[in-house]
Amino acid sequence: MPYEPVLLARINKPNSGKLEGYRADGGYETIARVLKDKQPLDVTTQVKDAGLRGRGGAGFPTGLKWTFLPKDHPGPVYLCVNADESEPCTYNNRILMEKDPHQVLEGIMLACYAIKSPKAFYYVRYEYGDSYRSLAAAVEELYAAGFLGKGIFGSSFDLDIVLHRGAGAYICGEETGLIESLEGKRAWPRIKPPFPAIEGAFRKPTIVNNVETLACVTQIMKRGKEWFQSLGVPPDPKNPRDAGSYGPKLYTLAGHVEKSVCVEVPMGITIRDLVEKHGGGVWKGRKAKAVNPGGLSMGFVDVNAPLKGEDGKTEYDIPLDFNGPGRVQCLGLGTAAVTVIDDQTSMVDVLHNVCQFFSHESCGQCTPCREGTGWMLKITDRLRRGLGRKEDLDILVDVADRIGIMPGTTICGLSDGAGWPVKTAIRKFRAEFEAAIKSGAKSKYAKSLTMAGAH
Amino acid sequence: MAALSEDMKNRIRAFIPKYPRKQAVTLPALHLVHDELRTVSNEAIVEIAEILELHPSEVHDTMTFYAFFKGEGEKLGTTRLWVCRGLACMLRGAYELIEHCEHKLGVHCGQTTADGKVTLEFAECIGACDGAPACLIEDVHAMNVTPEKADQLITELKLK
Ligand SMILES: Cc1cc2nc3c(=O)[nH]c(=O)nc-3n(C[C@H](O)[C@H](O)[C@H](O)COP(=O)(O)O)c2cc1C
Ligand code: SF4
Ligand code: FES
Repeated sequence: MPYEPVLLARINKPNSGKLEGYRADGGYETIARVLKDKQPLDVTTQVKDAGLRGRGGAGFPTGLKWTFLPKDHPGPVYLCVNADESEPCTYNNRILMEKDPHQVLEGIMLACYAIKSPKAFYYVRYEYGDSYRSLAAAVEELYAAGFLGKGIFGSSFDLDIVLHRGAGAYICGEETGLIESLEGKRAWPRIKPPFPAIEGAFRKPTIVNNVETLACVTQIMKRGKEWFQSLGVPPDPKNPRDAGSYGPKLYTLAGHVEKSVCVEVPMGITIRDLVEKHGGGVWKGRKAKAVNPGGLSMGFVDVNAPLKGEDGKTEYDIPLDFNGPGRVQCLGLGTAAVTVIDDQTSMVDVLHNVCQFFSHESCGQCTPCREGTGWMLKITDRLRRGLGRKEDLDILVDVADRIGIMPGTTICGLSDGAGWPVKTAIRKFRAEFEAAIKSGAKSKYAKSLTMAGAH
Repeated sequence: MAALSEDMKNRIRAFIPKYPRKQAVTLPALHLVHDELRTVSNEAIVEIAEILELHPSEVHDTMTFYAFFKGEGEKLGTTRLWVCRGLACMLRGAYELIEHCEHKLGVHCGQTTADGKVTLEFAECIGACDGAPACLIEDVHAMNVTPEKADQLITELKLK
């Protein structure tokens, strides 16, 4: 039986963003019932038992994160909704916010009740003007209907939601960068600990959650933890650190696919199935060469590399759950944004583009990140100009290895993320890079000078 | 003369009750001023700082972190046109599109046309990868932008 979408169930309805339509579909019945019948801890427990892991990139168990808030804190506690969504090729949050904002807002109400937060700050990246307007209209409808403010849904629980717009910086998606930016400062990530759950926005205990995570909270509280657990994949027995990948997931397809679409399927679908069954295959009848499985920082999959111990399968067949991409040396599932690269595209150009992004977006606080991303850009630029040297590839891998967060020399995960595409591209496509160096061939883009300098 | 009108100041003040601290109004205030005046002059910074009870350098420090805002001596054209150069867009022709727009407008990225109508910029992924190559016009996405579509867009922007 084909899977029937839940998170995206309403997006094609006319006026899917309107309160009236949402209520006609049973919207806000869940929060009203929860406020009446359940304690905050019941919500946390249900989300925890469902096995929901954050959809923002790191896959941290959501219910568990909520329990890290200090007990008996005089308050207030805050929720920050992370709608900065700036990881290249990722747009699933945008679809939810534009088309079904109330589903996300109900999730916010449920989460705020669970963590006893009277206020949610909803941080939306500036580039999402339509999302912002859709959300602003929805929030306005809620206040007009008396569903936000004092004593929501006839309970004694007060809640306000404040929309806040970013200003075009990727680092605002990192949770403490987001908090600093919200507070009116440079979006410089904070050194942790203390983690936001102990000291976050305005120095109060704070939970930061992704938009899709919160939409999942709505569905878990509506349909139950058993429903959520019945979808997806249980933990991999071969990986003691895998906590399972339960529930539905939004995957976005981009790049060289026939159809760039956002699809909802249970976790565990393979890259091949996503591209072939949902993306209509590789564009122009070509073949895929590489895939970025979850936002640039996850690294690359080599479509033609055989999978060890699995006859006839290649890296193209790995499942996209929290455990899958790690099996082929990628960082993780990330945002489940799948970008396909066809066999007529130069990996040198691709890697240069990626390095350009990270170098541009490094906030500059930590030397390894600021300098390392800069060096990787310089070297890949040299490669695409046909001026690469034999040792450049080893230098690239060396820099990429050293700027990661692991040795504790950088404050946030951006630098680690900047390293994975470099490491995986060179390891998996080394022959192509070597051939480019040997031939001294210039990339067709090598002359676009403005791309390198115009900040 | 004051940089900000009384109406703008009042709109900035209206944000204050939403946040536990006045400093949090920095981005909303900068957006408001930038939208209206197409730049945030040093005077405007001083006036924002006064309302938020901050030192002007605190507002300036925040503002300059976001290359998004144009400061003293810089001014945006009537409309901002960003062309995305992110990976999904690059794979589907963004670099060619940027070059095309530069020629058509006679400016490089980061510059404003002589008639003050359009500021051309490149953007890192704008989250419209399902419509790559994509552009952002102020804060509205334009999807699947072919060179022909870009010409049409530019003609429309020039009339504004
Ligand atoms: C550089 C960087 C950028 C990030 N960008 C985002 C983002 O745009 N959206 C998001 O939800 N999480 C992003 N994250 C992850 C957040 O820090 C955080 O883990 C997440 O918002 C938690 O929400 P979740 O538990 O619901 O997934 C980013 C992390 C890093 C290091
Ligand atoms: S790792 Fe990079 S982006 Fe993160 S805080 Fe350090 S310099 Fe900034
Ligand atoms: S890469 Fe251009 S919109 Fe995402």
